[in-house]
Amino acid sequence: MTTETAHDPEARARLAREFFESIPHVQALNMRIDELGKGRAVFSMPWAEHLVGDPRSGVIHGGVVSALMDSCCGAAVLSHPSNPQSTATIDLRIDYMRPAVPGQRITARAECYHMTRSVAFVRAFAMDDDAENPVAAATGAFTVGR
Amino acid sequence: MVDRNEPLSQIKSRRDSALAGLVGGVPYANWLGIRFDRRGDELTAVLPFDEKLIGNPLLPALHGGVTAAFLEVTAIIELAWTALWEDLESGRITPDAAVPDSLPRLPKTIDLTVDYLRSGLPRDAYARARVVRSGRRYASVQVEAWQDNRSRLFAQATGHFLMRQNG
Repeated sequence: MTTETAHDPEARARLAREFFESIPHVQALNMRIDELGKGRAVFSMPWAEHLVGDPRSGVIHGGVVSALMDSCCGAAVLSHPSNPQSTATIDLRIDYMRPAVPGQRITARAECYHMTRSVAFVRAFAMDDDAENPVAAATGAFTVGR
Repeated sequence: MVDRNEPLSQIKSRRDSALAGLVGGVPYANWLGIRFDRRGDELTAVLPFDEKLIGNPLLPALHGGVTAAFLEVTAIIELAWTALWEDLESGRITPDAAVPDSLPRLPKTIDLTVDYLRSGLPRDAYARARVVRSGRRYASVQVEAWQDNRSRLFAQATGHFLMRQNG
């Protein structure tokens, strides 16, 4: 992932937003960028029948939640005030705590909690309508291009 | 109890339809376009390239979430396939995606850790999973994914799964 340089935080956030909105898989999953800036990102997406993992329960597949959290984490890195030029996932661990309730929107919140010259450390949670009780948690390390 | 005289076509059609039933029962795997090649009981997952799988249009590269999902689906199908082998062979379970009640409950992912070794190219990807340990309740599975060269992995993952009792 790469964005052009911009030192103005608002311009940076706008560029990062435009970049994410141009990603085919982000569009295919109907992701929406709810918040972005200062090393934090909030992405959400609607439930859809073709994203289901188990047709009997209608629960969305874990892989969909992974995709949402991966994008959200990448966006948190790119919006960090230290102005990274690009990022890519090094590793991502996802804990699936409970099934997301079918039909409900899924929201991921990611925070880049530590930044070095070349590595960003990120954590994220995914929630359905019950925001107090996460569906999944993620921790990851991301490359940082300067 | 192997029946040496069972017609080959019958064996192949039983195994192929069981596999098709397991995979066909996962709408999201179908939407991604994942299919499985089978040699005996050995499975190779195939993810044909599609524009909607792109996560970085500038390179371009596969979306990291697609890679994670591909590895997770491969692990779950391999685990179910291995755990249910005897039941599938004996015909006790005959999964048919068109009949939801015929589908066994698939293992549930507890956690998945993905290593992204190089960026996924805009071309077909393959994956194979190995069940490292499968107990009555918990299983640990390792998965590798590659594109052009089997020895040049672009991602690998380890996951833990909760086994479900079927039947």
